[in-house]
Amino acid sequence: MESVGSLILYFIVALAMILFSVLAVTTRKILRAATYLLFTLFAAAVAYFMMDYEFLGAVQIAVYAGGIVVLFVFAILLTSKPGDNTERLTSRSRGLGLVAALATLGVVGYALFSRCELLTAAKPNMEALDMVTIGTTLMGSSHAQYLLPFEAVSVLLLACIIGGVVVARRR
Amino acid sequence: MDVTIPILILAIPLTMFLLLGIAGCKMSHRTAGILGCLGMGTVLVLAYYTAAQYFFSGNELFGADGVRLQHIVFNQTWLEFTPTMAIKLGFLLDPISAMMLVVITTISFMVHLYSMGYMRDHHGVYEHGFQRFYAFLSLFSFSMLGLVVATNIFQMYIFWELVGASSYLLIGFYYVKPSAVSASKKAFIVTRFADLGFLIGILILSYYVGNFDFMNLTSSPVASLAETFSVDIAAPQHIAQIFADNAAPVFMGGSVLTWALVLIFMGGMGKSAMMPLHIWLPDAMEGPTPVSALIHAATMVVAGVYLVARLFPLYLMEDTALVIITVVGAITALYAAMVACTQLDIKRVLAFSTISQIAFMMVSLGVARPEHHEALGYMASMFHLFTHAMFKALLFLCAGAIIHAIGSNDYTDMHGLRKYMPITHWTFLIGCLAIAGIIPFSGFFSKDEILSACLGYDWVAYVWMSLVAGLTAFYMFRLYFLIFWWKEHKIHEGHHAPHDQAWTMSLPLIILAAISCVAGFIPFGELVSWNGHPYDFMAHFDWSVAGISLAIAVAGIALAWVMYRRENALPEKFRNAVPALWTWCYHRFYWDELYMFITHKIIFGGICRPLAWFDRNIIDGTMDSFAAVTNKASEAIRPLQSGQIQMYVWYYLIGVLALAGICAACIL
Amino acid sequence: MFACGVYGFITRKNMIAMLVSLELMLNAVDINFVVFNRYLFPGAFEGMFFTLFAIAIAAAETALAIAIIINIFRAEKNIDVRNLDKMKF
Repeated sequence: MESVGSLILYFIVALAMILFSVLAVTTRKILRAATYLLFTLFAAAVAYFMMDYEFLGAVQIAVYAGGIVVLFVFAILLTSKPGDNTERLTSRSRGLGLVAALATLGVVGYALFSRCELLTAAKPNMEALDMVTIGTTLMGSSHAQYLLPFEAVSVLLLACIIGGVVVARRR
Repeated sequence: MDVTIPILILAIPLTMFLLLGIAGCKMSHRTAGILGCLGMGTVLVLAYYTAAQYFFSGNELFGADGVRLQHIVFNQTWLEFTPTMAIKLGFLLDPISAMMLVVITTISFMVHLYSMGYMRDHHGVYEHGFQRFYAFLSLFSFSMLGLVVATNIFQMYIFWELVGASSYLLIGFYYVKPSAVSASKKAFIVTRFADLGFLIGILILSYYVGNFDFMNLTSSPVASLAETFSVDIAAPQHIAQIFADNAAPVFMGGSVLTWALVLIFMGGMGKSAMMPLHIWLPDAMEGPTPVSALIHAATMVVAGVYLVARLFPLYLMEDTALVIITVVGAITALYAAMVACTQLDIKRVLAFSTISQIAFMMVSLGVARPEHHEALGYMASMFHLFTHAMFKALLFLCAGAIIHAIGSNDYTDMHGLRKYMPITHWTFLIGCLAIAGIIPFSGFFSKDEILSACLGYDWVAYVWMSLVAGLTAFYMFRLYFLIFWWKEHKIHEGHHAPHDQAWTMSLPLIILAAISCVAGFIPFGELVSWNGHPYDFMAHFDWSVAGISLAIAVAGIALAWVMYRRENALPEKFRNAVPALWTWCYHRFYWDELYMFITHKIIFGGICRPLAWFDRNIIDGTMDSFAAVTNKASEAIRPLQSGQIQMYVWYYLIGVLALAGICAACIL
Repeated sequence: MFACGVYGFITRKNMIAMLVSLELMLNAVDINFVVFNRYLFPGAFEGMFFTLFAIAIAAAETALAIAIIINIFRAEKNIDVRNLDKMKF
């Protein structure tokens, strides 16, 4: 069992994640939704740090918080007037959404809780992942190394840049 | 022999066709016409050279000891089925193909020249599609030359169809005229139908013989010379033996060889307009008159005669087939001559006269037997083919000149033209004398030989054909008197007097008339005979036959003189005396109506319409209902694809949840 | 968090809000990967690298989606997803 401090931290992070994600989908101001998303992402990053994946947490902050959310904010500022609220949801659509969400929650929750013992399992020890390992794993081409996906992703990103330019270009 | 010249003979018209067909619209009318004439002129010279080489050079490839041989100049494999059975394209030189080269190139060149004048109006403006006309003429010349030099029956068939196609194109040259369009379709369909028989005949023959080559069918190789053959009765006997050994002896009353030969002859019947497949030729006169002269008088229509002549040794093996040819020819000759006596359209008269004359050639082939004067009929037929091509082309070109001057085909508009068009008058008269068989014009000699051949075969044939010869003289001079005499020409208000045409039109008339005058003195028997052995016709000349046929011809002319020289009531009286006969002749014995009845009422109405109903309602209905069901189904599910992403997510979620439910159910 | 994403995706009309929900769902899945990796297979890094690639792809996807959204906004003057059924057929 871990220390009480980390347990408390875990609960704080988990609660923050749930809270902010609920807020992100329920707030009527779109800019706020983006901000709540940012907080959720930060919380996720903290969770990664807690699991000793420092690199992943850094990536999460850099790419998501630094990149994607900024993009969101730009897009929002470009496409909506300040002070604009999205329309109020009808109770029917909200009800339907709730039903769907709860159903999903049920399925996922069932999948999780049917393996209940995991919830109480101790965190196994793991030597910290250093930069050399990550680098060789990403760049290696032998078993359980990821050169090919890495290249594929880089091509994808390139295509994405070009695609973004082409699509958004003013005709 | 050098292959360059034979290849050029075929290649120049083909090149002209491609050049004028593709680039014709880029050049002026005049350039296109001159180019066409030059090309054809070159071919004319080359063909004359080749024929002269063949007949007179004394080269042993072409003849040894006075016997003329068949020589293959080249023979290229084109399509190989089995090592022993291949379709080849080649160039065969023998007496009849050399003669046909001369005939085709002469007439074709004359027509090329003549069209320069004919295909323009009185103000010198060329007709629309002038270049196309020359392109088609070149195509026709190419195909006809390819046909006559064919080394095997399949090459002949290929060019046979090409000739039919170019004939179709030229009959339908004035494609805005509905009558021309329907005439071209009629010609094509009727000859196509006949060619079906031809093809089946070829297939039967080749199935048993395993070979298409004429040399194999009719000749045996000359031992000392490569690619040279002599006509040898042993070869067809061998073929007949193959049939006797392998084929079922009798099929529907005839042996299989008879059937093959008769079916091949059916192709010839279609092309040569024998009864009952003659109906297309009178309508084919819708084409421009030079085309009628070239294709429908001189060259293409004799292809059937040429075909039978080419396979003649084989036909000798089956007497039945020859008798059929004789009977068909004799009936056609009489029928066409009777119809020609009543027609009003000048070109129709000439068309029926052509049918009748070709029937003469067919009869002549049919009665030819080696035991009578060394198959005189064969030689007579070829001779008549030659002379007929010349004088009938002449008559058609004269008719074209008259039509061009008057602007009408109907000779009720003509009458009394002799003063206005002297050149046309004299050349037309020469043509008429030649076809009537008056000494010393060419028709006398060839027709006389045909009658001699008939007499040698059977006296019924002789009497019958003599009667037809008399009728020929009568209707030709009826035409002549009605056009040039009868009464004074009436010049319509606002028209200038008809006159002779430009030199491009007159020159061919004069040349052809000259040929018609002297062609009879060609010692034809020396040049062409069925087995290559020279035949001295004059030694067998029978003055009694000649005298009788001359007397008959003069009688026919005299009758025409009495009835039609001056305007009088005799023709009217004659018509009233035998109204039924006259009406039947005038309506061509209702053959066209019979065909219309068979095709429309029986085939279309009785067979095609139920089939069409079945097709439209049952087959199409099934397919349509498939389409309708698909259509309805897609209309029904179309709202599902609303374009609303969130609806899609819903469907997706429901699907996932359902899957999860199923999994859960399975686990539990 | 995943359920929140589902809810948002289904209910919101603004396309950017939908995109936000999408990101939520992706993150939920990422966290799942990492946690299972950490707790069940501490010696292996598959889950972590999977997440890494998922983040990269998510970034690409978001950038492209936003480009499309801006383009649609230019053409349509709004980004309400319910109006977007012109490209149906």
